[in-house]
Formats: sequence, C-alpha cells, structure tokens
Amino acid sequence: MPHPLPWYIAGPLIGLMVPILLLIGNKAFGISSNLRHICSAVAPCGIEFFGHNWKKVGLWNLVFVAGVFVGAAIIARLAPPTVTISPDTVSALQAIGVQEFGGLAPHDLFSWSALLTLRGAIVVIVGGFCVGFGASYAGGCTSGHAISGLADLQPASFIAVLGFFAGGLLTTYLILPRIL
Amino acid sequence: MIAYFVVGIFFGGVLTASEVISWFRIQEMFRFDAFHMYGIIGSAIVVAAISLQIIKRLGLRSATGEPIALPPKTLGSGARYAIGGTSFGIGWALTGACPGPLVALVASGAPVMLVAIASALLGTWVYGWLRPRLPH
Repeated sequence: MPHPLPWYIAGPLIGLMVPILLLIGNKAFGISSNLRHICSAVAPCGIEFFGHNWKKVGLWNLVFVAGVFVGAAIIARLAPPTVTISPDTVSALQAIGVQEFGGLAPHDLFSWSALLTLRGAIVVIVGGFCVGFGASYAGGCTSGHAISGLADLQPASFIAVLGFFAGGLLTTYLILPRIL
Repeated sequence: MIAYFVVGIFFGGVLTASEVISWFRIQEMFRFDAFHMYGIIGSAIVVAAISLQIIKRLGLRSATGEPIALPPKTLGSGARYAIGGTSFGIGWALTGACPGPLVALVASGAPVMLVAIASALLGTWVYGWLRPRLPH
C-alpha cells in the first residue's frame, strides 16, 4: 500500500460515507454526536442536552465508531503509517521545539510520560476539552460540518468551518510556539 | 447495526492509511505546506455533494424505506458556529485530531489519546451544563 493513501483516493472514499449512511438508514454522517450520547449514557445529571434517548438516536453511531477503532487497528498492523511531512513543516516544528518525528504524533508530546509535563498536558487535556466543548457547541465537527454540512451547502457549516480554521491558525502560529 | 460497524471499519482504515489522524499532517495543513489534507477534505466534499444531488434528484429512499433528508442546521445568530467552531479549531490544532481520529489514534499506537477523549467528554458535558447560558 502506498504511503500515505493518496488524497484523490482517500478523499472520495471519505465523501462516500455521507450517501452510504443515508442509504443504509437515513443517518447523518457526524462523529461528534457520540460525545453527547456517551454523556447521556454515563452522566446525564438531569441536564436537558443529555435528556435525549441516546440508544434510539445514537446507538448506530456508537457502533460506527467501534468500527473506526477496529479499522484503524487493522491498518496500523498491516501497514504501519510512516508519516513523511513537508520539510518546511519539519523545520518550522523543530524551530518551536519538536524533536521527534517518528510515528503519527510526536512522542515528546503524546505519551504517558509527556502527559506529566506542562506542554504534554496542554496539548492532550486542554486540546481534548476544546475539541469536545467546541464540537458540541458548534453542533458538529469535521465530519458533520466540513464534509456533510458544506456538501449540503448549509450556511451554518460555512461559519463553523471558518471558525475551525480561525482556531487552528491561532493555535498553530500563536499558541503552539509559546507552549512547546 | 452490522452495516454501520462495517462502514465504520472502512472509515477508520481510510483515516489511518491516509494519515489524516497524524498530528504532523494537521500541522502541515495549518501551515499550508502541503496539499494532502486540502485534497482529502475538498474531494470528500465534492463527492458527498454530488451524491446528495443524485439522491435528491432520484428521490431515493433508505434501505429502511424512509425518504432521505439531511436535517438542516438552524442558523440563529450564528454565534454557536463561530464560537464553538473556533474552540473546536483550537483543540484540533493542539491534539492534531478531530473526534474520529482521536478514536483511531487510540487503536493505532497512541493510547494516551484516551485521556484526550475523556477530556473531550468533559468538554461536552460542560457545554451541556452551560448551554442555557451560552449565546446560540
């Protein structure tokens, strides 16, 4: 298998998720709803946002995500990704203090021992929090807004995707250089 | 239900094989140093848009017999999309992963991402709790 799977194969395959899920059971492609379903199942605490019937609305999506886990595990075994990024990105990241370039993510930021450092805790814990808070507030993530929403020409999704990039660029150019 | 599981396996496999789940790829995207991520997201949107048009024009129904419709997202003031979207973008660049890739990363050698998922659940819970007081 070529590394990485080229964009012109991967992109259309990802895009096909939208019609496939609609044709199977009229389901809207969107991963982040699962965060809400899990909160509803584990700790609804009388909060209205978690008062929905998660089994009826979201069980299919949790099953879908279980599939994502298995699919990722299979490909990681069969063809371990060896990420080769642009030399410009490598030098920019080295300049702000990233030293390890093996694997999918830098080991000096994303490991159990790195979690005990300030920068490791920020990227994993604060980062994860912003992903969950933001996706739920915006009512969708990359799959729900950037792919399903933009493909359906929904104005709300255009605003959300502009926000995704505003936040991403802010982090890349202003936050990461200060914390790494 | 098995159908959703199988489609999920396929999606997880594509995310991993195309390295969309890599923090390095996300950095490369936000630094505009490579076309890879833009090509993936862009061609995914085009294929999804064409598929939606075909479904609409032909008036196709789902396998369960329902008429197919994507629920429209209420625009409101737009504040939830602008503020929530920006918060999501900050998290996307910090973790280098959106929700699907977070799960794929745990499966493919970054178990520490379980902590990021727990944190994302906490973020969702806090949103649900504050929701009545936030602008939408």
